[in-house]
Amino acid sequence: MKRSNEPVFWGLFGAGGMVAALLTPVLILITGILAPMGAVDFSFARVDAFASNILGGLIIWAAVSFPLWLSLHRLYHCLHDFGVHAGNGVKAAFYGAAALGTVAAAYLLLF
Amino acid sequence: MSQVMKVEIQRYRPELDKEPFWQSYDVPYTKEMSVLEALAYIKDELDPTLSYRWSCRMAICGSCGMMVNGVPKLGCKTFLRDYPQGMKIEALANFPIERDLVVDMSDFIAKLEAIKPYIIRETEQTPEDGCSIQTPKEMEQYRQFSMCINCGLCYAACPQYGLNDKFMGPAALALLHRYNNDTRDEGKEERMAFLNAHEGAWGCTFVGYCSDVCPKKVDPAAAIQLGKVDSAKDYVIAMLKPGE
Repeated sequence: MKRSNEPVFWGLFGAGGMVAALLTPVLILITGILAPMGAVDFSFARVDAFASNILGGLIIWAAVSFPLWLSLHRLYHCLHDFGVHAGNGVKAAFYGAAALGTVAAAYLLLF
Repeated sequence: MSQVMKVEIQRYRPELDKEPFWQSYDVPYTKEMSVLEALAYIKDELDPTLSYRWSCRMAICGSCGMMVNGVPKLGCKTFLRDYPQGMKIEALANFPIERDLVVDMSDFIAKLEAIKPYIIRETEQTPEDGCSIQTPKEMEQYRQFSMCINCGLCYAACPQYGLNDKFMGPAALALLHRYNNDTRDEGKEERMAFLNAHEGAWGCTFVGYCSDVCPKKVDPAAAIQLGKVDSAKDYVIAMLKPGE
């Protein structure tokens, strides 16, 4: 039996699950509820300063990129569960989108 | 006082029928009557041509797996009293039907055998070597997975096995996990190829229905997820040692 390369994607999926579980609810609370209510200072200058710091940039990068791998991996496998056996082209498109998002976020935040 | 239940059974006699069809029987029942007893009543009193598999009547042998209202169940562990609206009984899903409620389980058995479900030692031990001592904690690592009775309900529940029967499936992967995590076993390497394959642990998308339907409360879905962790570690090790 041939070794599957699934551990790579499953690893990123798992990392995404961890990030989504720990960070996403807090981010939704801050950006979606507290900021519109004016409860936190969410001005451009402040967020820009946070994102420009290397540690802040890394945190935002992790919060954006890993959940992309999580959700696209889950969607790809859901297709299979629903009886759509998409094949390698769609697999490449799904994981390609996650990779693209990861690279784009890194470029915008860290360089 | 006994009531009467309309029990619908999917029949298939390969020498007579082109395809399975439904047949209805009126079965008098009391609240203690199991589905298996209802089938025995039908065979003894109403229709001797009905075929089904059974043996122990007490959820040990794993012979009487069947679909009851679309859910994989053991006939001996399912009671008519829980189905006041009536019941429809079919052969176990995802398996080829041999006759009536009897399915061909040879693919399932072959998979169970393939993963080497026995303790493998590098050097054979003799009785003079004494017992292999195991702590309660070490036993807990695999104990629940050794409770499997090979009834096949998890294969009838598994959508992945239904889509592609090359998938090793819940019971075989749980059994693989059971032996790989037994401290007395030294045969893990011989089993990893099955786990690492796309048809192994990676064919599972963690739907988890296998664990829901297990009549012995084994959790094959958990075994497969733990197997994925093992396989992912093995993947990294193989990357670091490409020659092997």
